[in-house]
Amino acid sequence: MNSFAYTRADGVTHAVSERADEPTAAFVAGGTNLIDLMKENVARPTRLIDINRLPLATITDTENGGLRLGALVTNADTAYNKKVAKNYPLLSEAILAGASAQLRNMATDGGNLMQRTRCYYFYDLATPCNKREPGSGCSAINGFNRIHAILGTGTPTGEVQCIATHPSDMCVALAALEATVRVTGPDGDRTIPFAEFHRLPGDTPQLDNTLEAGELITAIDLPANGFSKNYAYLKLRDRASYAFALVSVAAALELEGNTITDARIALGGVAHKPWRRPEVEAMLHGKSVGNDVFQTVADALLDGAQGYGHNTFKLELAKRAIVRALSQAAKLN
Amino acid sequence: MTLTAKAAPSTKQPPSLPAMHTVKLTVNGIETELQLAPWTSLLDALREYMHLTGTKKGCDHGQCGACTVLVNGKRINACLTLAIMQEGNEITTIEGLARKDADGKDGLHPIQQAFMDHDAFQCGYCTPGQICSAVGMMNEGHARTADDIRELMSGNICRCGAYTNIVDAIQSVMNPQPDAA
Repeated sequence: MNSFAYTRADGVTHAVSERADEPTAAFVAGGTNLIDLMKENVARPTRLIDINRLPLATITDTENGGLRLGALVTNADTAYNKKVAKNYPLLSEAILAGASAQLRNMATDGGNLMQRTRCYYFYDLATPCNKREPGSGCSAINGFNRIHAILGTGTPTGEVQCIATHPSDMCVALAALEATVRVTGPDGDRTIPFAEFHRLPGDTPQLDNTLEAGELITAIDLPANGFSKNYAYLKLRDRASYAFALVSVAAALELEGNTITDARIALGGVAHKPWRRPEVEAMLHGKSVGNDVFQTVADALLDGAQGYGHNTFKLELAKRAIVRALSQAAKLN
Repeated sequence: MTLTAKAAPSTKQPPSLPAMHTVKLTVNGIETELQLAPWTSLLDALREYMHLTGTKKGCDHGQCGACTVLVNGKRINACLTLAIMQEGNEITTIEGLARKDADGKDGLHPIQQAFMDHDAFQCGYCTPGQICSAVGMMNEGHARTADDIRELMSGNICRCGAYTNIVDAIQSVMNPQPDAA
């Protein structure tokens, strides 16, 4: 690990101003991903600004009937929170499908959004990686890419730059639930719709998200509807537990009898961000639940998907996972 | 041209390392003051500066669970947090789990005794982490069945493969069976 200085921030304003004074500094909360990346020299901040003492560790009701998850609430405390478990079981299950109990006790909700990819080449300083070192090339495209992306890898020039995936389970559920990210920074507060928080790699794969320099996540807002009646989080991985998703699906349905009135489908493990296609979800509106219509939607969601060799199995795996998750959400089996 | 044997002392300062910090850690009920660099992990502080070597370094990347300790009763990976971030918290390591029994005699924690009774290890390297993790899991209170234990202990790897006996040991403490007559 490179040397760095340490500051313990005593408030949000202090944290933001420290970061503005030293643009090469980084905020640290749980540290489970950042400290690991620092040990590998992938991340080399000159200063860590410890935000753990900031008053952002509570879960509160919002005015419009939703919940506000403070950025410093741990993943474990979120998943086991009574209101989250009751009203947003999709989120609880997604969180508990990720990492280990130890990591969930450390990792925070804000930090979960800030996780970086687990691409082997991103972690390996001996190999080119456009995300770690823009312009150096992508080792995964022609390398060992079993865990890599099959969707959203296109670029304006047509030359694929990066096939990394976003590793989070929690974020797949947050995408399906249409959460809102609250941030603060040198230019004040703003909110970012979840779908716009993470980004596709395009020609700038070094950027994981749309945060401006020096911005700090303060909370994640969940809307009132948690789809708590008809939902499923299906995660497929190489081990029964404690492994990143090869493919995951967050499926949520609103039903009137057997008729679908609203549908959300978010995919993990297949793209640089949780993958959603609202226009495809809309194909389910007014339809009766059934595997035929679910298969049609699965095919449409994978439209344009491309395999890179070792990960080509994900094209079929993702379709089957979507059908399975939707049928679980509809309680067909 | 002559070369001087020794250059005159440069007035330019070499890049300075960030200052050491005075870090107060409360471990197993005892507060200790250490001089640590900011990058010293909690794991390294315990092992290298406090000589509490019961907590093991396995992968040093949060993947194996050998460094599991309890912070304010919750299990975490000591390798993925900095010692300086843990000031003000109550840290419990494997060395701090044993306690007085009902007769005032030193006794093992019930999980420690159960690991011995069930032969829940082979080489023993993962054992301190397994035991701290099991105690943390019981504090959390979400495990009911053997399957729950397997899932909630999945952050602790045992390369000897003692999992069956580890689950038995934990279950024996969670659901004590009356002695068969």
